[in-house]
Amino acid sequence: MSAVADTHAQDHHHGPAKGISRWLLTTNHKDIGSMYLIFSFAMFLLGGSMAMVIRAELFQPGLQIVQPEFFNQMTTMHGLIMVFGAVMPAFVGLANWMLPLMVGAPDMALPRMNNWSFWLLPCAFLILLSTLFMEGGGPNFGWTFYAPLSTTYGPPSTTFFIFAIHIMGVSSIMGAINVIATILNMRAPGMTLMKMPLFVWTWLITAFLLIAVMPVLAGVVTMMLMDINFGTSFFDASGGGDPVLFQHVFWFFGHPEVYIMILPAFGAISHIVAAFSRKPLFGYASMVYAVGAIALLSFVVWAHHMFTVGIPLAGQLFFMYATMLIAVPTGVKVFNWVTTMFRGSLSFEAPMLFSVAFIILFTIGGFSGLMLAIAPADFQYHDTYFVVAHFHYVLVPGAIFGIFASAYFWLPKWTGHMYDETLAQTHFWLSFVGMNLAFFPMHFLGLAGMPRRIPDYALQFADFNMVSSIGAFMFGASQLLFLFIVVKCVRGGKKAPAKPWEGAEGLEWTVPSPAPYHTFATPPEVK
Amino acid sequence: MASQQPDSSSAHRSNARVVTWCMAGVVGMFAFGFALVPLYEVFCEITGINGKTGGRYEATAPAVVDESRTVTVQFLASTGPDMEWEFRPMVRSVDVHPGESVTVNYFASNPSAVRMVGQAVPSLSPSEGTLYFHKTECFCFNQQPLDAGESVEMPLVFIVDPELPEHITKLTLSYTLYDQGQPAAVSGAEKTINNNG
Repeated sequence: MSAVADTHAQDHHHGPAKGISRWLLTTNHKDIGSMYLIFSFAMFLLGGSMAMVIRAELFQPGLQIVQPEFFNQMTTMHGLIMVFGAVMPAFVGLANWMLPLMVGAPDMALPRMNNWSFWLLPCAFLILLSTLFMEGGGPNFGWTFYAPLSTTYGPPSTTFFIFAIHIMGVSSIMGAINVIATILNMRAPGMTLMKMPLFVWTWLITAFLLIAVMPVLAGVVTMMLMDINFGTSFFDASGGGDPVLFQHVFWFFGHPEVYIMILPAFGAISHIVAAFSRKPLFGYASMVYAVGAIALLSFVVWAHHMFTVGIPLAGQLFFMYATMLIAVPTGVKVFNWVTTMFRGSLSFEAPMLFSVAFIILFTIGGFSGLMLAIAPADFQYHDTYFVVAHFHYVLVPGAIFGIFASAYFWLPKWTGHMYDETLAQTHFWLSFVGMNLAFFPMHFLGLAGMPRRIPDYALQFADFNMVSSIGAFMFGASQLLFLFIVVKCVRGGKKAPAKPWEGAEGLEWTVPSPAPYHTFATPPEVK
Repeated sequence: MASQQPDSSSAHRSNARVVTWCMAGVVGMFAFGFALVPLYEVFCEITGINGKTGGRYEATAPAVVDESRTVTVQFLASTGPDMEWEFRPMVRSVDVHPGESVTVNYFASNPSAVRMVGQAVPSLSPSEGTLYFHKTECFCFNQQPLDAGESVEMPLVFIVDPELPEHITKLTLSYTLYDQGQPAAVSGAEKTINNNG
């Protein structure tokens, strides 16, 4: 350990290494955080362009641009890339940058593992993307890769897809272990658990969720691997297996996964709403307990994704009520955010705009989730665009807006410059309008019976689909504006003070902007 | 940094502890993922909810036939992907009294030019009735080899349990016949597969 400490002490004087080796070999949490964020944004644009292909094909009825086989690969890859490549790494990037600053630690607890867990990701996605160029094409069975569609009927490249998932899983698990070790062991003296900032709390719980379910995902793809290549029959009915088993195991991972993608956003939003209301957060303790309750409940609701496979009545009732129960802690959180704003001294800079949109639109997504949770009604909604509308309403204004809000909130700390507020607000309004235009009509399409994942549709769905596509193009194009804003902010701009937001609280605002390469070499005292 | 020297060695120890516990969690959850397979099998066997009827039934006591009740049992047959055999039940449905032993036949023929092996996998609907549908003899207990052009009538003997819940008046038994390849590729054509009942 002393050797490591010495190197750090030297770095202290010399700053970051020069050239490519700085990025390849770095163990600095800020460098790694930046790499995670850049990587996730690249994946966001890539997955987004696949969504553009999907929306271009659906702009008008009939097949015009791509063949159905390629369309299937686009829907599948869009889902996989957005979930595993964009949202999850973005939150890990935020965690790398902010957790040590928030708990007053000099770095993450396990810096070398941190480097490794980042560099595994580009490898995993290179493998995943290379399948698009293989014979038979890439994964075309939906991001949920249900067996036997992905085993008996999958393309030959499925084995590469499985390997990519394994590597991503290893990366996520290492990231989660690092987060837990940092939070449990590296907090500044005096920072008790119940004094931790909420972003730290939500990430701690997210990390436990990751450790609990990523191995189950690894398990289910391993079973697929064995079914495909080694003649086992986990999911093959002719050999005594059961395809429904796949869905149980997959969703045992899949449902906690959706909370993995939203809980860190809950934490960040809590900071931002409080900062721009210039009031302390209302109900800190209840926020912590609500997140814990959501995480625990997420393990007992998985079968609400599969009501239509023929679950007995008792099972349907259990999963329906358990799912609805999640609305209670989620409602507590929404109530606390609204109450924090109540009679606050509000101002609406870009982070706050994204946060307020988050609260409103995430709640809409939550309500359509409640509709889907009603087992008898789900038979009508299942596998329609209503489901697509629902999960995009929780993921786009939920996870993605949460990430945008965090990025604008902390950009001055990362770069030392203020971003261009006018452009950022333009970005917000374009995203907000585009996103609602794209996804709101999908509710109607789904209720009218348009199935998801199909490249063509009946004529009566034409108008709503065209509106939806226009909204999607608008949302997609406005993300290039975000790229421009960030680049502009990195290159220059108004000097940011240590604490650019007057209402913001937390240790991260006690260090100068931009945050020096090494911070909190001497731990701060928390009272 | 130097002032932290004593702290950092204890931090190192507690990091090692966190990593150990987390890795134990990871290994445990990976194992749990695989444990879900037998857990699921057992759960379905006890509750019958996946419609898989049980294995050979041994009557424990002479069954009492409940003449007052009639249950309709329907038969379906389908073949798995790339299975070219003809496969159908000899009767579409029978009306039975709970407790009586009934025999029906399924017909299978192999129109291909090679000897092949088939395996039938049952599914009963509604799944609530699965636990009350007993088979004392079934072609699905074993794999079925057929020579090129050969055909066979395969018996199924079953008893509907008198304990069948009152509101169930109709049971549908569906068999899917899967291609198990040519006998040379299969070790022991008559081998019994677990759980196929």
